[in-house]
Amino acid sequence: MPPEEICKLLKDRFGNVIEDTVLEGGHPYARITADRWPEVAMVLRDDPRLGFNVLRCISSLDLLADDKLACVYDLYHVPMERPTELCTQTHVFAVRVVTDRNNPVIPSVAHVWPAADWHEREAYDLMGIDFTGHPDLRRILCPDDWDGHPLRKDYKFPLEYHGIPATTEFELTNPRH
Amino acid sequence: MSWIENRFEEGLIVTSLDWAINWGRSSSIWPMTFGLACCAIEMMAVGASRFDIDRFGAGAFRATPRQSDLMIVAGTVTYKMASRLKRLYNQMPEPKYVMAMGACTVGGGPYFKHGYHVVKGVDLVVPVDIYIPGCPPRPEALLEGLMRLQDKIRHQTRAKTLMTKVKELALN
Repeated sequence: MPPEEICKLLKDRFGNVIEDTVLEGGHPYARITADRWPEVAMVLRDDPRLGFNVLRCISSLDLLADDKLACVYDLYHVPMERPTELCTQTHVFAVRVVTDRNNPVIPSVAHVWPAADWHEREAYDLMGIDFTGHPDLRRILCPDDWDGHPLRKDYKFPLEYHGIPATTEFELTNPRH
Repeated sequence: MSWIENRFEEGLIVTSLDWAINWGRSSSIWPMTFGLACCAIEMMAVGASRFDIDRFGAGAFRATPRQSDLMIVAGTVTYKMASRLKRLYNQMPEPKYVMAMGACTVGGGPYFKHGYHVVKGVDLVVPVDIYIPGCPPRPEALLEGLMRLQDKIRHQTRAKTLMTKVKELALN
């Protein structure tokens, strides 16, 4: 199913849930309002015409210029009942959810796609996005007592961690690069 | 430095004892299996038959720090790993040696500038005897590092060194 039809289907079903669409190019996506994202996700997965049963990845973006944070959910359809037509009958889509940078809250979709569980933990760990309704929102890569969220563009490098000096010459001479 | 190191007065004849103990220690260095990243692949190659670290008596990779003499820190040490690394080092029996293998453990390596999570040299966490640069080092480089460590062990002595005397004087 081409992305235009996916957007039309979502529009018919939910009304003004789509804020913006980019359908040209190799990575078509729709921007969806954060508060209604889980119900849209449920339809994307369960509607027989869509059937996005695989969440390939979650990318989190730091849109510093707009003072926003965003998550991009890459969805993929694997036809379970007709595996021989795997290559011809599949379709892909992406969803972008934008949230405020100072209070980044996105509803969790871990109950829709179990793969989202660890991806959302990673996005929380490295970008500081708070996924409401997540079953176990802890840091996944950094230590539990780590300060800040390292992949944010205004992240300040630590100067020491548990007595180990972390200051680098570069960081001292070029504070913001 | 173990309990017998730097204990006896310099008049005592310890040469043959030194030679025997150092020969034993340097010919049976048991490294700890401690691969952290890509350097571990080269360490495995050194353990395999082409490069064959067993020729130097150091092929018995132990899976526990309590049976090992040498910790080859092979790979990127993160701050999260640093506390574990220190604990493993403390669990090793004396005499113990540490080899910093690869650019990351020598001084942060490619993560020196932009790595918020990488320790800028493992010598900030544990004392290091041998540094082996490279990204990753060739197996020959690791063998060279092992031979330099053997040299270091061969020069240990049971007699009191000048440094020990100075320390004793300073304490008294």
